[in-house]
Amino acid sequence: MHATVCDIITDLVQNAVEAGAKRTELLVSTTPERIEVRVADDGKGMDAETLRKASDPFYTEPGKHSKRKVGLGIPLLLQTCEECGGKADLASVPGQGTTVSFWLDARNIDTPPVGDVPETVLGLMAFDGDYDLLLTRRTRRDEYTVSRMELMDALGNLSEASTLAMAKEFLRNQEMNLEN
Amino acid sequence: MAKMTLADLKKLRESKQQAMSERDPSNKDTQVIVGMGTCGIAAGAKDTFNAILDELEKNNITTVLLRQTGCMGACASEPTVEVIAPDMPVVIYGKVNGDVGRQIVREHIIGKKLIDNHIVDRPALDIMK
Repeated sequence: MHATVCDIITDLVQNAVEAGAKRTELLVSTTPERIEVRVADDGKGMDAETLRKASDPFYTEPGKHSKRKVGLGIPLLLQTCEECGGKADLASVPGQGTTVSFWLDARNIDTPPVGDVPETVLGLMAFDGDYDLLLTRRTRRDEYTVSRMELMDALGNLSEASTLAMAKEFLRNQEMNLEN
Repeated sequence: MAKMTLADLKKLRESKQQAMSERDPSNKDTQVIVGMGTCGIAAGAKDTFNAILDELEKNNITTVLLRQTGCMGACASEPTVEVIAPDMPVVIYGKVNGDVGRQIVREHIIGKKLIDNHIVDRPALDIMK
C-alpha cells in the first residue's frame, strides 16, 4: 500500500486531472477515530464495466500505455481499506465525472499516517492546465477551504518556485490554525 | 499564529514582487517536471518535488517553471524528473530522491552540467504527446 493517506489522495486527484476534470472537489476530514476522503471530479467518467475493471490491478485505460499492463491506483486504495478497517466507494457517470470516497479507521494499527496535507495539496495545484481544485480540510476543531483558482488569483502562475513557496506558506498557516 | 487570509496572501505577493522583479532577468526559460503517477508517488516523488522547490527558492531562481505530471513511462526508475533547460539537452533523470533533486537544481540548472548516473532513456513512445 501507499506510505501515507496523502499518497492515496495524490493518486486519486492525479487520476481526476488526467480524466480531463475542470473542477475537482477534495475533502480531507480527520478525527482521532476516523479518516475520511472524497475526490469528486467532473472529468470524462467511466461506464459500469470500466469502473469495475478499475479495481483490477492488471487493468489500465486502453491507449494510456501500450506496454504497461498494470494500473495500481484504485487497487492500492482498496487494499488499504481492506487491511485497515475501512471502506471505499466508487461512483461514475460517463461524461459527467467520477467520485471516489473512502474512510479508514484511524485507530487501526495498520492505517498509514495521514501525511503532510499542505505539501500534498500544493503538489496537486501544480499540474499543467486550467483545472480548479477545491480543498475542504476538516478536523473536529475547525475547517478551511482553499481553491486553486483563488490561489492563482492571489498569486498568479502557480508553477513558479516563488509563488509555489508562498502558496505553501498559506496552506501551512491554514493547517496550523486547524491544529492549535 | 493569526490565520492568513487571501488578502494577506495578495499583500505578501505584492511585497515580494518588487524583490522578485529586481532579480527576474526575463521570462521562464526552464521547465522541471516531476512524474507523479502511482509509481512516482510510491517512490517518493512528493519529497523530490518539495526538495526541488526548496532549492530553487534558496538559490533565488526565478526562471524555472516547476510542474507535476502523471506517469512518464519509466516506472522502474521513479521518481523521474524531466528537465528542459536552455543550452542543455532535454533530459529525464531517474531515481531522483530529494538530494538528487537539489543536485539537479545546483548542477544541471545553475551549473549547466549533466548528472551522468541518473539519466534514463526517453520513455516509451506511446505515452509521449
